[in-house]
Amino acid sequence: MGTPLKGRVWCVGDDLDTDQLIAGKYLTIIDPELLKRHVLENVEPRFSQEARVGDLLVGGINFGCGSSREHAPAALKAIGLGAVVADSFARIFFRNAINLGLPAVEAPGVRALFQPGDQAEVDLERGTVENRTRGGSVRFEPFPKHLKEILEAGGLVEKVRRELHPPAPGAAP
Amino acid sequence: MSPAEALPGASSPSVRSPGGGQTLAEKILARACGNPSVVPGQIVVGQVDLAMAHEQGAQAILPFHQMGAERVWDPERVVIAIDHWVPASTEGAATLHQMLRHFAKEQHLPHFYDIGRHGICHQILAENGWVVPGDLAVGTDSHTNMLGAMGAFAVGIGPTEYAAVLATGKIWLKVPPTLRLTADGRLGKGVYAKDLVLRLLGEVKVTGATYKAVEFDGGTIQGLSMPERFTLCNMTTEMGAKAGMVAPDERTFHYLEGIAKHSMHPVVPDRDARYEREVHVNVDDLEPQVACPYSPDNVRPLAEVAREHVRIDQAFLGSCTNARMEDLREAAAIFRGEKVAPGVRFIVSPASTRIYQECLKEGLVGVFTDGGAVFTNSSCSACFGGNMGLLSPTEVCASSSNRNFPGRMGAKEAQIYLMSPAAVALSAIRGEVADPREVL
Repeated sequence: MGTPLKGRVWCVGDDLDTDQLIAGKYLTIIDPELLKRHVLENVEPRFSQEARVGDLLVGGINFGCGSSREHAPAALKAIGLGAVVADSFARIFFRNAINLGLPAVEAPGVRALFQPGDQAEVDLERGTVENRTRGGSVRFEPFPKHLKEILEAGGLVEKVRRELHPPAPGAAP
Repeated sequence: MSPAEALPGASSPSVRSPGGGQTLAEKILARACGNPSVVPGQIVVGQVDLAMAHEQGAQAILPFHQMGAERVWDPERVVIAIDHWVPASTEGAATLHQMLRHFAKEQHLPHFYDIGRHGICHQILAENGWVVPGDLAVGTDSHTNMLGAMGAFAVGIGPTEYAAVLATGKIWLKVPPTLRLTADGRLGKGVYAKDLVLRLLGEVKVTGATYKAVEFDGGTIQGLSMPERFTLCNMTTEMGAKAGMVAPDERTFHYLEGIAKHSMHPVVPDRDARYEREVHVNVDDLEPQVACPYSPDNVRPLAEVAREHVRIDQAFLGSCTNARMEDLREAAAIFRGEKVAPGVRFIVSPASTRIYQECLKEGLVGVFTDGGAVFTNSSCSACFGGNMGLLSPTEVCASSSNRNFPGRMGAKEAQIYLMSPAAVALSAIRGEVADPREVL
């Protein structure tokens, strides 16, 4: 988590619910590589084709509200986003994203700071989001220890795996 | 456990904090993590009492194995209920069902509600007594909040997190602050728990309870039946809440008598509990409400919208919010002897197979189908726009379900009006959004 994330910004609005991220008709698809073709298709049809690894998605308040579907953050992760940054998150989306190892950064005021296509820099350690195109920045509360551990492990799967099967003492790291 | 033994009074030996009162949510989480007390903002690791999954549970199987887990922590505490695609309507759904069947067999999970004894997962938990007062329950569906009506802390999670619960029996949670919603007064004729929760949604909005626990209290709530409390707690999800709950009382214990699947640890909030915010409503003058497109908090008085003659193409009576026996009876009382308006479809989907069977016994299936309604088997049905009853871009639906965001029931332009079962029934007859008080 040490190196700041840098990337091009995509923008969406307030109360973007998980139905808009991945519609109900796609819920039987569980392969993230197939799911990612449909992410945000009703909101920003170019996104699934044009988003690049390392891009950042900037949302407004209550990002990811609605259904508990993990398909939503899974598809965003498959796109290769560096992070989702929003004024605020709905709680299940937030947990699902962190559990998959996708940083969900709650930075109040961030949406007003960006236009689509701007370059952003997100420093998870210092708790800052900066607009590198137009200037301006907002601060956020860095992740607490528990969440940091999940992200550093690359997600909950690896964290639990390490807990269930700790390396033998003296074993090579 | 007899109701008398379980009844928590002011002097009950329930979990108490040494200094300062605790809310219902704080007491349940304190017990779950083995602390005498907890405070909002604290991250705790709690022991899970019940872990429910629907089809999304299939996505937990791979991470479960990737975690290196071999056995589910406690098969007696795991319930799987197939509900979104019943029977499978796509190859993808069939595959998810098959994955769950294999997993249940491999892990010796005895409580698998497969097609034939199916129902909406939350209703399956409720009517079989799987969640009891004091429980920390998790489920792979956002409306798991509904089970908070049992005096439990019931919370929706995603499948990766569910895999971790299956592997360890534990979950990390940030103790939420509590929003207390109190209601006093008596609901009038044609006004239901759905109208109360829509009214409260209009007040606190879709972000009003984000990350918070919602505790319902007051004379009105104490007078509500368990099914009505389920409706209330169900839609705390639309407020953004982590959990929605009602303290257990005689009604809770009566409902669970003979069906509770494990021992109860009932707690009630302390009188001096600290709430982040309190909202109070008096319901004596509450009118029927409707949530207009495209948000559950876009709430207006139903009579006002009815005067605008909003034409509908579909009426949907179903979902975990409002498809229990009481809901179907209210709707049938209005629909009996009537016909669906020309050009309108009326879809009725009971919340469980047991409710379906009761409808058969009481003659409600005939009441609906004689009038031209489609009475389907139990499932999530049209609510989530992925199985049946989808809407085209120019269509309008009157629905007893819980969400009306763009694209929820099909096309992103389609319009959904959320209302009580009685209002849905009259809207089906009239072919436009209607106020049930006109015929009651």
